[in-house]
Amino acid sequence: MTNPTLTWNVARDASEVLEYHFMVNALLAGTIVAVTAGLLGWFMVLRAQTFAGHTLAMMAFPGATGAALIGVAAAWGYFAFCGAGALAIGWLSGGRTRSWSEQSAGIGAVQALALGLGFLFVSLYGGVLGDLENLLFGTFLGVSDGQVLTLAVLAAGSLIALAALGRPLLFASVDPDLAGARGVPVRGLSIAFLGLLGLAVAATSQVTGVLLVFALLVAPAATAQVLTPRPGLSLVLTVALGLAIVWVGLGIAYFSAYPAGFYVASIAFALYMLARMWAWARNAHGSRRRAAPSPGRPEMDAPPTEGVIA
Amino acid sequence: MSAVTGADTPAGAALELRDARVDVGGRAVWSEVSMSMGQGEFVALLGANGSGKSTLLKAALGMLGLSAGSISVLGGPAGSANVKVGYLPQRRAFDGGTRLCGRDIVRLGCDGERWGVPLPAPRWSAAGRRRNADAERVAEAIELVGASAYAGRSIGECSGGEQQRLLIAQALVQRPRLLLLDEPLDSLDLPNQATVAALVARICREAGVAVLLVAHDVNPLLPYLDRVVYLAGGRAVEGTVAEVVSSETLSRLYGMPVEVLKARDGRLVVVGQPEPPAHHHDRHEHSHEHDHVH
Repeated sequence: MTNPTLTWNVARDASEVLEYHFMVNALLAGTIVAVTAGLLGWFMVLRAQTFAGHTLAMMAFPGATGAALIGVAAAWGYFAFCGAGALAIGWLSGGRTRSWSEQSAGIGAVQALALGLGFLFVSLYGGVLGDLENLLFGTFLGVSDGQVLTLAVLAAGSLIALAALGRPLLFASVDPDLAGARGVPVRGLSIAFLGLLGLAVAATSQVTGVLLVFALLVAPAATAQVLTPRPGLSLVLTVALGLAIVWVGLGIAYFSAYPAGFYVASIAFALYMLARMWAWARNAHGSRRRAAPSPGRPEMDAPPTEGVIA
Repeated sequence: MSAVTGADTPAGAALELRDARVDVGGRAVWSEVSMSMGQGEFVALLGANGSGKSTLLKAALGMLGLSAGSISVLGGPAGSANVKVGYLPQRRAFDGGTRLCGRDIVRLGCDGERWGVPLPAPRWSAAGRRRNADAERVAEAIELVGASAYAGRSIGECSGGEQQRLLIAQALVQRPRLLLLDEPLDSLDLPNQATVAALVARICREAGVAVLLVAHDVNPLLPYLDRVVYLAGGRAVEGTVAEVVSSETLSRLYGMPVEVLKARDGRLVVVGQPEPPAHHHDRHEHSHEHDHVH
């Protein structure tokens, strides 16, 4: 490509981008990853399992180095370690009786072990791991046709599974006690969800790199959840935001000297900040409006309907 | 409102325990417990922390098996008719960051255990008709508890009293015959305790639902209760408030002198009640209110 420059003609720019096979693959992979990571990330954010997701992302380090050590494709290592990590976290943090601090300590221990194993594998391998930069920062612009196909199959599988589990998973996430009483297998769902999350993280990190998984896993979901409390709308927004982040990020990266991951992460962060500022402004406006007619908060002047105090 | 009432009102007990005993971790939580609740009755389940109040609700839901005696719920074995049993688990308030609106929380009480995800469906299809019916039930339950004004807001932004109303609506949305409410007044301030107690009493009367309400403090409930069950020392006593919350009965139950004082405004104060055992079954991190206002 001869020094592409961004013009004001968006259609022409877009068609120029799509002339290159590597850009088409990058956009396809980015699209698949944005949808899958966005939807699984939505549940992860709702369940406050961001730390678990981060730990699963770290599993790619021992996964890739371990795979290099025994001479198989890095993807196998990713999936093996992410799966094992999901099970370990599910087992350690299982049971609602565990407090959040106990759970996060357990997850932290899993993460430390994973990184330790990664270092061991690097040292056992002895040679130079040329792929280490790809592992950390991804290969957004070097996605092969085979990778796109693998991603598509994995994404389809995990989205079908998520659709089947969706409503009980939401129930178990917001109300585990009641869900359990109504016969929802809360513990099983928790482990199944971590497994799906592990799968999504492993797939995502092959493209975006370990360090940037979160741009697509957390940011769109967190932004959407700030914007609306309606779950259906929130999920649709998550996907839309994820796609916008990936497409715009890759588009800018094509015309710029700086890496795609930087733009993807920056746009994700900027959108999240904008949403938070919007929510803050709305709350400030709302509380001023509420405060105007009655100085007491509704907590005190409780009965919203007449005749509640009979 | 009338639609919330169960269509048929068969005679017989809503909840009945006969010489029941539950063991948790190889140790009896309580034993020889007998109680009977009629349809449409409002009964409070009292007792100190760790006396096994939540355990009794879980036994009624079939989540814990009895090791002796028998239990029947709405005429069947425990757990067999959970669709007809509304349950409000003991909990801390929703985290302020829980971004899910109240109406959807109530809705989960309606269809939360159904697999799959709700997809858009045309109104005339079977799925569409069920969705409409569910939406109607949800709106009706929200209206019954007087939560319409804030049902569209994120639950984390609602006050404690508002959250409790929405959760009661969630327990009501299946049009249950029996409501099991685990400490719905806990963590509410006094005015809200009074309004939520009045709300539960109104639902009990208007919808004809039997209510078993776990409470620390009987006082907010005094005007409404049919009977109380008091759990202490691994045993239970059942009767009217005057019979059970008295110096004689509680002293016998605890096996040590306990005094019940009646304040001028009718409030009851229990003095000399022993500390609960160190081994807790209720998940209470704050061990407050042991020795006053019972």
